[in-house]
Amino acid sequence: MTIEDDELIKDFIVESQEHLSDVESQLLTLESQQDGVDTALVNQVFRAVHSIKGAAGFLGFEVLESLAHRGEEVLNRLRNNEMRPTSLVINTLLKATDRLKGLLDCLESSNEQDVTEHLVALEGLLSSQDNQDNLDTIPESASVTQDSPQRKPAITSESVASNNVSEITNCSIQDASIVSAVDSTIRVDVSLLDTLMTRVGELVLARNQILQFTGHLGSTDLLRTTQRLNLITTELQEGVMKTRMQPIGNVWSKFPRLVRDLAAICGKEVRIEMEGKATELDKTIIEAIKDPLTHLVRNTVDHGIEKPEVRVLNGKQAEGCLTLRAFHEGGQVIIDISDDGSGLNLDRIKSKAVEKGLVSQEQVSRMQEQEIAQLIFLPGFSTAEKVSNVSGRGVGMDVVKTNIEKIGGSVDLQTRPGQGTTVKIKIPLTLAIIPALIVSSAGNRFAIPQVNLLELVRLEGEQTTKSIEWIQGAPVYRLRGRLLPLVYLRNVLKINVANETPQDVINIVILRADDRQFGLVVDRINDTEEIVVKPLSKQLKGVTVYSGTTIMGDGKVALILDVLGLAYASQVISKLRDSSLVDHNGRAKDSQGEPQTLIILGTGSSRRLALPISQVARLEKISKDAVELADHQEVVQYRGKILPLIRLATFLGLESNDITTDNLLNVVVYNERQRSFGLVIDKIIDIVETPLQINHPSARVGLLGSVVIHDRVTDLVDLPAVIRMIDSPETIPHSVIA
Amino acid sequence: MSKASQLCTFYLDDQMFGIDVQKVQEVIRYQQMTDIPLAPETVCGLINLRGQIVTAIELRKRLGMPDRPEGQLPMNVVVRSDDGAVSLLVDQIGDVQESDQENFEAPPETLRGSTRQLIQGAYKLKDRLLLVLDTERVIDVTSNFD
Repeated sequence: MTIEDDELIKDFIVESQEHLSDVESQLLTLESQQDGVDTALVNQVFRAVHSIKGAAGFLGFEVLESLAHRGEEVLNRLRNNEMRPTSLVINTLLKATDRLKGLLDCLESSNEQDVTEHLVALEGLLSSQDNQDNLDTIPESASVTQDSPQRKPAITSESVASNNVSEITNCSIQDASIVSAVDSTIRVDVSLLDTLMTRVGELVLARNQILQFTGHLGSTDLLRTTQRLNLITTELQEGVMKTRMQPIGNVWSKFPRLVRDLAAICGKEVRIEMEGKATELDKTIIEAIKDPLTHLVRNTVDHGIEKPEVRVLNGKQAEGCLTLRAFHEGGQVIIDISDDGSGLNLDRIKSKAVEKGLVSQEQVSRMQEQEIAQLIFLPGFSTAEKVSNVSGRGVGMDVVKTNIEKIGGSVDLQTRPGQGTTVKIKIPLTLAIIPALIVSSAGNRFAIPQVNLLELVRLEGEQTTKSIEWIQGAPVYRLRGRLLPLVYLRNVLKINVANETPQDVINIVILRADDRQFGLVVDRINDTEEIVVKPLSKQLKGVTVYSGTTIMGDGKVALILDVLGLAYASQVISKLRDSSLVDHNGRAKDSQGEPQTLIILGTGSSRRLALPISQVARLEKISKDAVELADHQEVVQYRGKILPLIRLATFLGLESNDITTDNLLNVVVYNERQRSFGLVIDKIIDIVETPLQINHPSARVGLLGSVVIHDRVTDLVDLPAVIRMIDSPETIPHSVIA
Repeated sequence: MSKASQLCTFYLDDQMFGIDVQKVQEVIRYQQMTDIPLAPETVCGLINLRGQIVTAIELRKRLGMPDRPEGQLPMNVVVRSDDGAVSLLVDQIGDVQESDQENFEAPPETLRGSTRQLIQGAYKLKDRLLLVLDTERVIDVTSNFD
């Protein structure tokens, strides 16, 4: 076969596959149009099958051609309203489409494949519909498999054949109108796009250096040109990034069929709705979420949605609804998979988890509903009472979760008994660029993916020697009362530095690997940066502590640390039992005398206030100059939004003296639903974990009462009450308005 | 292979080596490298070559030769591979040599160990021997071919 032939065939396969992928969903739509089909839609399907038939004939794939031809005939009947799109008809067509796909996959040997089964089935449709005109089609069909190429136009009876001709001419006219859309796209190899991306990245670096030089030279002409270069580079970068994006609809397109088939197997009625098909994601991410999404959809049909009779009994429509929704939010893509089914059976989850030994009875009894629902993500959990061939394939929700987390995403689940379940998946827009923390150790720079990062701890002065304790030669640090194993990056990487001076500061990066936590001790924490991830070369594949490489802003190469590999290399992961479950339990404990993590704030000369840290989003220092007034309210611009400031001491009628000297305000940023507030406070003293026993309920609005923390009386702030007061300013007891 | 082939030549100490010119992407001066702790001994760093990250292999170590004298900076011979470019650190760059098969001989039996596996053979030039490296094997640092 010549090269041109090869090219032709490659194009044929790709085009035919594209045609067929649309056909599937179009057929499903047709099935719902029992009282008269949308002729334009049938035409589209017809055209697709027709062009496959034509090309297959041209290239000499006879079997493929004969099958496509029969399918085309059935479609023709549908189009002329001589046939109704019954389940039988659509089923047969779908199966024939599947077979066509199968033939395309093994095109070389397609001529030896046997498609008689499908041909007969399609024949059956044609003959059962009109037993007068087309009686002679059945004997003809036998000959189709043998010598179709020559006889193609004359296979069926005169009437159909002539019909076909007129339709075909009809189609070709319509085809002309869609040609322009096809012509405006070309196929490009992904590796070429990757190369382009690399080059653009390099161009950005060169641009940055030029920008620096021009600053020194001070020539206006040069400056103007550089600014243009700057702009063009940015636009170019954005453009190249866009080329890798694909709409999520590409993955979703196979779901209607999947849901339909599954529902039929399970004896359920399920409708699928999709919103935000056009939401774009990086190609690599699209690939990565395909399987987890399919699994979730399967699960929903199999377990989530009830049988029609049960639904009717509960006053719902017999037909269940599965909704897929995708949208952008804050630089991430959110995908919701929700159903209006029975919701999770929390009692069964509880008993199952205990039965399987994943949690203890005692732990379960303390959990809140949301936490029980999260149990299904634990490895070794499967709620299906009987393992069905639909979702019982050995893949659990834990695999879904790991796969999503692998690409830097997260999975969240919300369920309401009797009303349905929503699984919310958050994923980054692209894998190629990730946020990372840059650290250095013994002169080497490393990047740590932000996904693995929990928090940073800095020990100074006396603390450096005091707070690190040793258990049998293994260093640990007490992080809010819990022992955190420490790993020295220098030791793991065996970087030796001669005659070093003892450090007066210890930086601990607290990382999460596989639900275990550990602290990584590094020399310096530099900054967070968006880095472009590049794979490790073959020579370094065996070095498990790295997951990739990247080029830093100054053009030098830095290695990306593989946190899991690091944990294994330092043997943290085999030693430690600190699973997320324990963590869950820690947080699950309620406020009645159970430990809570509090942030301790100082106001005035000695007064102390405390806030539960779960309500705090961030701690910030904000310049006093940034404070503006809006509607008599002090505000600052914060992350592109307006953040109202509340001077907590003034608000609660307490004494305040500003001890900061550096013109900065200490602000505790607090999030409530969609809103954020900044609480201005004199100083932030500490974060402690302590049992909460309110001794003296407070009479003052905005305070819950006093507790003793670290031998000091501390007032517990009633944040919701504070927020309520802001919302209705007339009840504010003291002047807050600056 | 009776046709004459072109070899990109370079030196380690006084020994001349050659690589098929088709496999060489470029030859560049010494570049700053990023250290890779825990990497195999022969891999000595990463170079940013116009946005392409290139792994540098110390050819002296790979061939079991003593370290380069201090203060002497190596040159990079960047070779293409299926897995992207790899740089071989050498002492000095020579000319591109035309060599024909008549003067080619397989390595002598007395050549032992890993070096033997990495050398395809020698061209007998007028005044010296030119050892031809098996690039694929040289850059496959994880195997020792003993």
